[in-house]
Amino acid sequence: MSKLALRNVARLYGSVAAVADFSLELAPGEFVSLLGPSGCGKTTTLRMIAGFIPPSAGTIEMDGQRISSPSSVVPPEKRRMSMIFQSYAIWPNMTVGENVGFGLQVRKLSRAEIDRRVDAILDVVQMRNLKGRYPAELSGGQQQRVALARAIVVEPEVLLLDEPLSNLDANLREEMRFEIRRLHDAFKITTVYVTHDQSEAMVTSDRIVVMNKGRIEQIDAPHKLYARPRSRFVAGFIGRTNFLEGTKQGSEVRFDGFSAAAGRLEGAEAAGGLLYSLRPQAIGLSGQKPNGSSVAVEAEIAGRSYLGEYWDYQIRPLAGTRPVRVSTGPSVVFEVGSRVWLEIDPAAMVRVE
Amino acid sequence: MTVAALPAAAARPPRLSFDATWLLWAAIIAVLLFLVVSPFIYLVITSFTEERTGAFTFANYATAYGRSRYVDALLNSLKLGGTAALLAGIFAVPLAWAVARTDMPGRGLTRMLVLATFITPPYTGAVAWILLAGPNAGWLNRLFTWVTGAEAGPLNIYSFSGLAIVIALYSFPYVFIFTTAALELVSSEMEDAANILGAGPWRTMWRVTLPLALPAILGGLIICFLEAIALFGSPAMIAIPARFNVVTTQLFQFFGNPVRVEVAAAYAMPLLGVTILLILIQQLMTRRKGFVALTGKGGERRPILLGRWRWAMFGYAMFVASLAVFLPYLFLLQAAFAKAWGRGFGLDNLSLRNFHFVLFEHGTAAKSVINSFLYAGVSATAAVILTLCVAYIVVRRVVPFGGVLGFLCVAPFVIPGVVLAIGFYAAYAPPPLALYGTALILILAFTTRFLPIGYINASAAMRSLNPEMEEAVRVLGGSRLTALRRVVAPLLKRSLLGAWLLIFIPATRELSAAIFLYGPNTKVASVMIFDMSEEGNLEYLAALALILQVLTLPLLWIGQKALGRDFMLRRTAT
Repeated sequence: MSKLALRNVARLYGSVAAVADFSLELAPGEFVSLLGPSGCGKTTTLRMIAGFIPPSAGTIEMDGQRISSPSSVVPPEKRRMSMIFQSYAIWPNMTVGENVGFGLQVRKLSRAEIDRRVDAILDVVQMRNLKGRYPAELSGGQQQRVALARAIVVEPEVLLLDEPLSNLDANLREEMRFEIRRLHDAFKITTVYVTHDQSEAMVTSDRIVVMNKGRIEQIDAPHKLYARPRSRFVAGFIGRTNFLEGTKQGSEVRFDGFSAAAGRLEGAEAAGGLLYSLRPQAIGLSGQKPNGSSVAVEAEIAGRSYLGEYWDYQIRPLAGTRPVRVSTGPSVVFEVGSRVWLEIDPAAMVRVE
Repeated sequence: MTVAALPAAAARPPRLSFDATWLLWAAIIAVLLFLVVSPFIYLVITSFTEERTGAFTFANYATAYGRSRYVDALLNSLKLGGTAALLAGIFAVPLAWAVARTDMPGRGLTRMLVLATFITPPYTGAVAWILLAGPNAGWLNRLFTWVTGAEAGPLNIYSFSGLAIVIALYSFPYVFIFTTAALELVSSEMEDAANILGAGPWRTMWRVTLPLALPAILGGLIICFLEAIALFGSPAMIAIPARFNVVTTQLFQFFGNPVRVEVAAAYAMPLLGVTILLILIQQLMTRRKGFVALTGKGGERRPILLGRWRWAMFGYAMFVASLAVFLPYLFLLQAAFAKAWGRGFGLDNLSLRNFHFVLFEHGTAAKSVINSFLYAGVSATAAVILTLCVAYIVVRRVVPFGGVLGFLCVAPFVIPGVVLAIGFYAAYAPPPLALYGTALILILAFTTRFLPIGYINASAAMRSLNPEMEEAVRVLGGSRLTALRRVVAPLLKRSLLGAWLLIFIPATRELSAAIFLYGPNTKVASVMIFDMSEEGNLEYLAALALILQVLTLPLLWIGQKALGRDFMLRRTAT
């Protein structure tokens, strides 16, 4: 049975749908991210799961029990969940120890038991020595760890995270990503994580829900989202890509500057206009005409940027008008204006809506 | 980051601007020395000066604290401040909480009524309460005897508790403003965090929200305390008939014939000391580390559902509003339109005679209103211009040590109006300036008194203005002056209008300083009202007080149009 289930959930503000027809089931212990640009409805969805916002339509169930519906909502304090906020929301009037122990106090545990559990979780996040400090004396990263400890120590049924890393600097953000995943692996808490940062979602999650304009675009494991995006939005949002428009003519599909056999392309049975996504690193680049099963296209280097870990080339097929972007290793160097060959494997082209 | 974008400022010709800005700085320093520093220094010097010889002496202090009734007046003030602050807390905190955090009905109405209380001068409120709870003739007492058949009513406004209640009723808006501001500042995520960890709304209130708002609430109570001990009008109208004195009424008596300004200066010192000390405490408290509530996303706050109690809460709000607004204004109106207020609400008692008399027949009443508005207008304009210059200099760091200027602008905040007036009297009444009784001394005193309000608003407005807006003008070849004229001034128009109104409105009803500084030709409306209360002309007084209130309404309307409904109730004091 699923741990948490959202069924056709929607949230309207006036006549504007912040979230529409949202369905998702989480297995026990699963880590799922809600990923999308700002305003896509991911935080609204999270706050509906937490019980801060009632849904306008649909239901939310936990362990088979209905906890949210338009007519009745179990209040947040009765949901046995916990949450980490964008601002951490560490109470400045309580010490680190009091912050972490608050949830246990509410659950009426004995003093000794509270102390024991607080110490244990502070050890896990390496904050034991700062137990007596006030939050104002802590750095951003330390506050983040307190927030994590405070949320995990109550052993919640579901852990919710609302862009928890967006206020940290880049290095710390990277470190905390792994920290969050490490804690998840240690405690196996069912987790919903909201972020607009795709690498954050990819590092931490078992599955990612990509959202756009209040709707689910795709739900998949991170590598599948990248390799097999189903919509133009997902292909463009997760990593960089080339969008190639093709028209079917007989057994061939003609693109700007080259064509490929329809039989080798995914989803090319349909007639009319077809849109494909082709990742820059899936395109081969060489000085001589390659031999192999891929489509070889003669082209010219139109522009290039060096980004340290790779070259980003803009390359225009001689027979085409618009350049495509191609990524190569840093040692593959071609001057602007030189003639090259592109190697395009039709199997790497993913048809998107 | 912004510092890195400053080469535009560095590129200006250094010699020219050096002269100009330093000249301006010197001019402003001179004005501030004249307005703020010199009255203060004169106050201290005068307190140590022998009246006739001008020699150094401690005799004034010996006189001021030599009699037990003088010391009693001091203690009465402290007791009064404490009682009034406590009562104000009882009135304001539940209201503020209900308005900011619950689903009580009529939250907007409650806010409006608190505003109505806020713009009622304390002495007008005191007069209304004399009509309501005067022994025997007071309306509430008459109602009581009529209902119960008793000989006499239980209420007597002429008592310590009567005075404390009246003061609390017209100073509780300070606590309300501080408390609502704090409750709204507490990040909603702080509360959400407690909720999701299992704490219900009440527990969250007690463990998270109130502790975070507590310093601000205490700060509001301190302001109330200081209001109460610095107030002149209400104590003069109530305490003197009740045969006890407080500091301010005692000071007024030292100013009676003959004027003993040296003794008054000495006697004013504890008032000044207590004020400075408490303001310091208040500042420390609200700035204490860790209590600056982090501002998170506004989010949607879930109001606390009061259930059946929401009507009880509404009842309490309306009860407080009745005491502060409904009853006082009802009976002020009755008195203003009555031939004799004691004859009640009958049609035969209705008359416009009082208004006619006050406006056209009385020798100085109409002129006093004009004086009030004229002096308030000049003072507000002067204070806004001066504080804008200072705020610009301080915020943009035009000169080194600009902070000193800012400090001088907010310093009058710790000087009670009565004490400020004595300082001005000591400094500028004697020759060579001999300003006593002139309009100028009132205007200068009002300007000084309201500099802090001007400065707080001007510097907040300046800070909200990204310096890059001006730098963009200068990069494109405009001078600093062009930038000020074409970009800064238009952008600040609204906030400056707000600052002007926030000074102008209280300045039209200022009494504590005016009562010590007015002359025969410079009587202002507040002093006129005070005189009428001494003469017992309550009908004329009510008419004049209502005229003053009605004249304020269009200003309030302009302010709300330009700056939003809450502009008077926003927290102006830091």
